Amino acid sequence: MGRPVAIIGVGQTKHGRRMDVSYPDLVREAVVAVFNETGLTPNDIDGVVSGTMPSMMEGIALTHFYFADAMQAAGKPIMKTETCGSTGVSIAHTAYYWVASGMADLVLAVGHEKMNEGNSQATMTTVAEPFYQRYFISGAPGVFSMQSQMWMDRYNIPEEKIRDAAAFISVTHHDDAFDNPYAHIKMKVTMDEVKNARIITYPVRLLDVCPNSDGACAVIFASKDMVKKLGRKPAWVKGVGYRGEEYFFGDSDKVVWESAIQAAKQAYDQAGIKDPRKELDVAEVYNPFTFQEMLFYECFGFCEPGESPDMVLKGTFTRKGELPCDPSGGTLCTNPIGATGLIRVAEAALQVMGKAGDHQVPKAKLALSHAMGGVDQFNGIMILGSKL
Amino acid sequence: MEAKEYKTIKTEIRLPYELAYGATWTRFFEGLKNKTIFGTKCTKCGRILVPARSFCPRCFVDTDEWVEVSQVGTLIAWCYTNYKYFGMPTEPPFIGSLIRLNGTDVNFLHLMGGFDLNNFDEVKKIIKSGMKVEAVWSDDRKGHIMDIKYFRPL
Ligand SMILES: [Zn+2]
Repeated sequence: MGRPVAIIGVGQTKHGRRMDVSYPDLVREAVVAVFNETGLTPNDIDGVVSGTMPSMMEGIALTHFYFADAMQAAGKPIMKTETCGSTGVSIAHTAYYWVASGMADLVLAVGHEKMNEGNSQATMTTVAEPFYQRYFISGAPGVFSMQSQMWMDRYNIPEEKIRDAAAFISVTHHDDAFDNPYAHIKMKVTMDEVKNARIITYPVRLLDVCPNSDGACAVIFASKDMVKKLGRKPAWVKGVGYRGEEYFFGDSDKVVWESAIQAAKQAYDQAGIKDPRKELDVAEVYNPFTFQEMLFYECFGFCEPGESPDMVLKGTFTRKGELPCDPSGGTLCTNPIGATGLIRVAEAALQVMGKAGDHQVPKAKLALSHAMGGVDQFNGIMILGSKL
Repeated sequence: MEAKEYKTIKTEIRLPYELAYGATWTRFFEGLKNKTIFGTKCTKCGRILVPARSFCPRCFVDTDEWVEVSQVGTLIAWCYTNYKYFGMPTEPPFIGSLIRLNGTDVNFLHLMGGFDLNNFDEVKKIIKSGMKVEAVWSDDRKGHIMDIKYFRPL
């Protein structure tokens, strides 16, 4: 795994509809936050990594140039990483590789998106080529709806049970978001409201879906020497995993979903994790859709295939459950896409540093963060721990 | 955060593209024009891939054995789409569907149709994963994926 690497500080913007700031000013808000938090200055940083959704989302190409000043990147090595929804975890991986390789001691990773300025699903559709798939994909919800159905059929899970479990996830995450000062959607929802919400792409209804958020997140990755020198309580990177899939949606199985399974396995092997549900204290699973969150639980070995709706309804993954998942309210309540994966990483880091505030999971020592991108194409994991 | 106080600028980017199909897609779309669906067979893993491919994504070998595949298959998954976004190429409501055409080894992505799509409760009575389906052709075929209008329940 190269040299030991730790996260020593995170900064987030208030996420939401942020038409009060221009895009570079939004990015700067997160960057200033992480410098304030760590006491570091731009001069201390050896390199900068940034990333967004595909440029169709931004309306401006080459955003790492557009945000160079906001990220204080002039005169430093700079890299852009872009993997659609998993961009944020890819940014974290890129920063990690840079420090692990010995090429840098302090790297600033910044993820950002202004979803309200563009059109997210029109952008998502451009991920599919216009020969064939683009006509049928209907943005992200369409893909995930088909995946959910295949999962339901494969394990003969009664539709009603899945519907209840998905509604339960929506209700608990919406409640959790009230304790996260940066979360976008803060509203009480009931099981009945979720189950009767407008159909977006059946079985996915409005309250099963994440919002369009504006927001940015900045994280500083440091070498072991630098952690010692700064004397800060870090979150150590214990494992990283990333996998992609074949291009065409119909070519590979999305129920026994290899990119999710293998990305987790790679990270678990590095971290020495054998029984994730017992060993992990908290997980920030990328959950833009309630149904998909349950599939991830299974792919990550939190439970057996087909078992997650029962476990969800038992409360296994709530804040007081055996393995709390998305105590921040997760992607379901806040989704500035290019930042979202990095927010998962940042939230996992805050948990093991004991700095998650009102949504702190008591005594969390080992945390998983995750993001998914493309037409069910990419999955990335980063595991963080309080001890090296 | 009172957005109303601050100004915004409306802008749009329009760029023309001309994308090359290459030989394999060209032949596949010519097939659709003639009401035939072509796949290619990988001689290494034996899978029949549809739409036709120039190479097998798993074996990384050329797939130049052409096979006309069945226009009948099984509905694997479907998604009733009831929302709209800018530039959406298909008018909602529509049913994006994964279909396993008989004798092939991957799922073919297309639409389900041939019945009234406006009332979802009615749609849900008709459409079931695992049902047999058949391609319905457009009368005005241009060598395009929408030369197949949709798949209808059998
Ligand atoms: Zn092959």
